[in-house]
Amino acid sequence: MKYDKENYKQVVDEYTPKNKILKNCVWAFIFGGIICLLGEIIKNIFVSGFNIPENDAGPMSSVVLIALSALFTGLGWYDKLGKVGGAGTVVPITGFANSVVSPALEYKREGLVLGTAANIFKLAGPVLVYGYLSAFIVGILSLIFG
Amino acid sequence: MNYVMSFIVGGIICVIGQIIIDTFKKNNAYLLVLFVVVGTFLGYFGLYDKIIEIGYSGATVPLLGFGHTLAEGAVEEAASKGFIGALSGGVVKTAPGVAAALLFGYITAVIFNPKGDK
Repeated sequence: MKYDKENYKQVVDEYTPKNKILKNCVWAFIFGGIICLLGEIIKNIFVSGFNIPENDAGPMSSVVLIALSALFTGLGWYDKLGKVGGAGTVVPITGFANSVVSPALEYKREGLVLGTAANIFKLAGPVLVYGYLSAFIVGILSLIFG
Repeated sequence: MNYVMSFIVGGIICVIGQIIIDTFKKNNAYLLVLFVVVGTFLGYFGLYDKIIEIGYSGATVPLLGFGHTLAEGAVEEAASKGFIGALSGGVVKTAPGVAAALLFGYITAVIFNPKGDK
C-alpha cells in the first residue's frame, strides 16, 4: 500500500488509541494547573513577603517562571516534562520561554552570534509577530471607537 | 482560594490547548499563535479581565494572558499617546517577559551545551 499525505494521516488516526486523548488532557490539566499555581505562589511571595504592589508582582512572577523554565530547559528537564505534560507545558509562559531557550541552546554549535543569537526567536518569532500585529490592530480599533 | 482557582483555570486553558493539538495535529507554533491572537482580542473586548478575576495566575500565566497584556498596553497607550501609543503600547507592556526570555535564553546557551555534546 502506498501512502500519500492524506491516507497516511488516516492510518495514523486509526492506530492512535482513542483514550490517549483523554489521558493527554488529564496530564495537560495537572501540569498546566501546577505551573499556574506556582505563578500564583511566587506572586504572593512578592506581594506579602516583599511588599511589592500587586500590579508589579504579576510581571515579576512571570520573569521568575521564565528563569526557572530556562534553567530546566538547559538541564534538559523541560523536554522530559513536556513529553508527559503536553499542552500543559506548552501553553503557560514557561512554554514560551522554552521555545526561546531551546533554539538558543541548540544552535550554539554554530556560534553565539550566527547560531544562538540568529536563531533565538526561531520558534517564538511567530508568536511575537502575530501578537504584536494583533496588539497594533487592537490599539487602532481603540483609537477609532474610543 | 486563589491557589485552587489558579490551578483549575490554568488547567482548563491547557486542556483546551491539548484538545486543539490532538484534534488538528499541527505544529505547536500554530497553537501558540492562535492563543496569543485570541487572548489579545478577548483582552480588547474586556472578556479576559473577567477570566482573570476568576482564575488569577491561572489566567495570566498561559499565553492567552500574554495576549491580554498586549491588548491592555496597546489600548492604554493609544488613549494617552494616540497612534504612536497604539504602535508601541503592546510591545512596551510585554517587554519584561520577552526580554527575560531573551536574557535567560542567552545565558542558558552560554552556560549549558546542547544535548549530545560533551
